[in-house]
Amino acid sequence: MGPAPVPSRDAVETAVATSGLTKRFRNQVAVDSLDLVVPTGSVFGFLGPNGSGKTTTIRMLLGLVTPTAGRVELLGQEMPTVAESVLARVGALVEGPAFHPYLSGRANLARLDAADRSVDPRTAPVRIDAALDRVGLLAAATKRYRAYSLGMRQRLAIASALLRPRDLLVLDEPTNGLDPQGTREVRALVGSLSDEGTTVLVSSHLLSEVEQMCTHLAVMHVGRLVAQGTSAEVRAGSEPEAVVETDQPLEAARVLRELGLQEVRSDHRSATGRLGAIAPEKIVAACVHEGIPVLGFRVSSPSLEDVFVALTGEGFDVSG
Amino acid sequence: MSAAELTEQPRGGAASSPDGPRGATRTTRRLSSRFLRSELRLIFGRRRNQAGLLVLAGVPILVAVAVKVNSPGRDRGGPDFFSSITDNGLFVALASLTLELGLFLPLAVAAIAGDSVAGEANIGTLRYLLTVPVRRARLLGVKYLSIVIFALAATYTVTVTGIVAGLVLFGGGDLTLLSGTQIGFTEALLRVLLASLYLGVCFASLGAVGLFVSTLTEQPIGAMIAVVVFSTSSFILDTIPQVSWVHPFLITHNWLAFGDLLRSPIAWDGVQQGLFVAAAYAVVFWLAAWAHFGVKDVTS
Repeated sequence: MGPAPVPSRDAVETAVATSGLTKRFRNQVAVDSLDLVVPTGSVFGFLGPNGSGKTTTIRMLLGLVTPTAGRVELLGQEMPTVAESVLARVGALVEGPAFHPYLSGRANLARLDAADRSVDPRTAPVRIDAALDRVGLLAAATKRYRAYSLGMRQRLAIASALLRPRDLLVLDEPTNGLDPQGTREVRALVGSLSDEGTTVLVSSHLLSEVEQMCTHLAVMHVGRLVAQGTSAEVRAGSEPEAVVETDQPLEAARVLRELGLQEVRSDHRSATGRLGAIAPEKIVAACVHEGIPVLGFRVSSPSLEDVFVALTGEGFDVSG
Repeated sequence: MSAAELTEQPRGGAASSPDGPRGATRTTRRLSSRFLRSELRLIFGRRRNQAGLLVLAGVPILVAVAVKVNSPGRDRGGPDFFSSITDNGLFVALASLTLELGLFLPLAVAAIAGDSVAGEANIGTLRYLLTVPVRRARLLGVKYLSIVIFALAATYTVTVTGIVAGLVLFGGGDLTLLSGTQIGFTEALLRVLLASLYLGVCFASLGAVGLFVSTLTEQPIGAMIAVVVFSTSSFILDTIPQVSWVHPFLITHNWLAFGDLLRSPIAWDGVQQGLFVAAAYAVVFWLAAWAHFGVKDVTS
């Protein structure tokens, strides 16, 4: 019955794979031998401080910037030799929204759709309105882009990535400028796209966002990849800590050290130490045994922010 | 192309996904004018460009009214279409083209051509067009085709307004050529339209220069100024006899040859040379644009 089934697109295990990807602008190395692996079906968080090379990497993935060295494979196919057929299956939001200011939101999407040779023009009005509806912009479809707020512009950019079904979405800072409701909607949208089988690569500096959305993480720092893997793997390097709240923090710190906790430190009302293999229930008992009043006790996993700062180790300055 | 190729094939069970049917994608690639039409809508729908076309159309009206109010004297030398306007309204179009080919028409083409790539880079839409994806050669092809269409439209805006204004104020009828021969009105009209086509082609070649400059910068105004400087320099060089060896290669050298089409018999030499130079500029600068833009890092 019928023709033989085409090989499943899911047969490709990695949606994005780069090897030794490098970009040098004049004397500056923006991206340094990057080996990025984005598994098919993942929601991949791409993190890094400002200026760490995230956007340059994304531009190389999409063929906007030619790598100085290294290779890019998108959806199992080598870039940029097959750019046209592969990129049609990739929706992208790169470095913020950009549209013609004097055209309406709908006309701007029609413009992008008209440039796409892989879609059927007859279905354009339906697809454009569906995309607008999906990002909650249908009511403002006829408004000029210049009258849009930053959040609406961001939504329109996401809509442009949804004009046709995609196998991979590359979203650079998708929640930038969105209000809390908008942020939640984007998170839900990414979730539902992922459920439909789209691989999503999200670059962001909003760590709590990434923490909630992503199954996989990669962290860039000064052009290099400093961590990559599933969320659990990336966070594995950072162990939980025990915090004892007390009015004798120095005494408590001594007890923690005696118990074998690492990196013990104290401030005016608590003592903290990395738990390691020590059973947490021993700590309160030991403190009480030493006559230290325990006002509170908790074991806390470090937030992604702590992991991020531990990996990129930076103050407020951007990476050169 | 068989009907089966065009049939949309829904993939898997996702046919009813909320972002539209998966079958929305086509496997076949047809030659489509969709992108070009979108480009033209962008150009002709823009207020700035509409205002520019209005200015171009204003000159023939000004010329016709001014001559009507105050007939000019004869003997000004050269292919002076002014002195013939009162004889036949068609000369309003020719006189206006002569007036506008020095600055207004090149400026109009420079504005569109300079904006073509630099304008998209300036507001950032270039990166989204390229990731749609649009191949860079195709982008330059569509951009240039729309520049050519605009150059012709701008020239014919002047011509048609001139013809209408002239016929209304001075009437038509048989036309006495500059060489003294008389030709019928229909032939005269066709010759005026042909002369405009020739000029339109000349301006289109200037558009190729503009396209190239536009790939070099993210500032559309800068690109536009560069093109006007280019055409004006060409006019200036053309007036310096000491560099006469360079004259045949100047883009503007044969522009005034459009008047030769109003002689009898038609002097084809200048027009032929003009078309050759225009084609050479168009090819060389389009290829230069492609060579540069094809490998350029788009960081806008």
